[in-house]
Amino acid sequence: MQLSSFRYYLIPIGILLLSLTSTAANSAIEAFAFDNVEQEQVFHDLTKQLRCPKCQNQNISDSNAPLAQDLRNKTYELVKQGNSEQQVVDYMVARFGNFVRYDPPLTPATIFLWLGPLIFIFIGFYFLYTQLKSQKKQDDYLDSQESERLQQILGSKTSVKIKTKQGKKQ
Amino acid sequence: MADKRKILTLLLPFAAFIILALFLATPLLKGSDPRKLDSALIGQKVPEFTLQDIYDPQKQYDASIFEGQKMLLNVWATWCPTCYAEHKFLNKLAGQGMYIVGMNYKDNRTKAIKWLTDLKDPYQISLFDKDGMLGLDLGVYGAPETYLIDSKGIIQYRHVGDLNEKNWYETVLPIFNEME
Repeated sequence: MQLSSFRYYLIPIGILLLSLTSTAANSAIEAFAFDNVEQEQVFHDLTKQLRCPKCQNQNISDSNAPLAQDLRNKTYELVKQGNSEQQVVDYMVARFGNFVRYDPPLTPATIFLWLGPLIFIFIGFYFLYTQLKSQKKQDDYLDSQESERLQQILGSKTSVKIKTKQGKKQ
Repeated sequence: MADKRKILTLLLPFAAFIILALFLATPLLKGSDPRKLDSALIGQKVPEFTLQDIYDPQKQYDASIFEGQKMLLNVWATWCPTCYAEHKFLNKLAGQGMYIVGMNYKDNRTKAIKWLTDLKDPYQISLFDKDGMLGLDLGVYGAPETYLIDSKGIIQYRHVGDLNEKNWYETVLPIFNEME
């Protein structure tokens, strides 16, 4: 009885094991060996911040395009030679332009990207300021006749501090 | 006066919308392709290299071949279908006396020679860039690409995609004629 139920599970288990081996094989397509952990970190940072010129909107670590592979290999080679992160970025920019960077530098062409949000914030503050200013203007002060009338209604016993246009008590 | 100001203020978002719409619509209407990137090497010399001739591994070339006259540098490969479409037009240009240097990019030498034999060879010099080393230095990101190089060996323009009657006469030839 127990043996037959085991047999019943054998096929699903086999399929599961097979699928595990295939994912393991997929993730091991590229193996880069590094001298130390820092180099490996630099390499991973670089492949995430460099953009693939062929398959736009993917970084070179995500993309399987032949060009992305070439750029990964070149990045590896440069990092292995002891180049810093900035040196590798400069190397790529010299060949492919600023397009390869996901973090664009401040240039005349990109200045709007950097300053645009600030401009919108300033417009927002200006709007708030003018709104507040016009609200203040609308504050209604009592003129002398109105405040007299108010005194009468409330009765002379109660002394009420009334704010008037002149800022004096009537 | 106050009314006029109010109307103007109310029109402000509309005006902003129009400006933004024009700004966003211009590239769409002009039909510019976001996949076409300007070369980072414009205004610079062709990078240094040493590459073999496609027919003869004994023969080697360096960057000095790009000096002396203005010319085209065409990047191609047998694995690239657009290059096949372009080839006929390159033959036509070569027939008109255009000096074209070919760079076979990340390809197989035998296949490339067969291609040039079967389809005619429009190139004055054919470089064999098996590993894509010069390709990387040039910033090649897809074949075919054509570089316009002036007589001093300086890159003046890059065309990405196939050359054809339309883009040649409309865009590329005027730039070529401007060059020294």
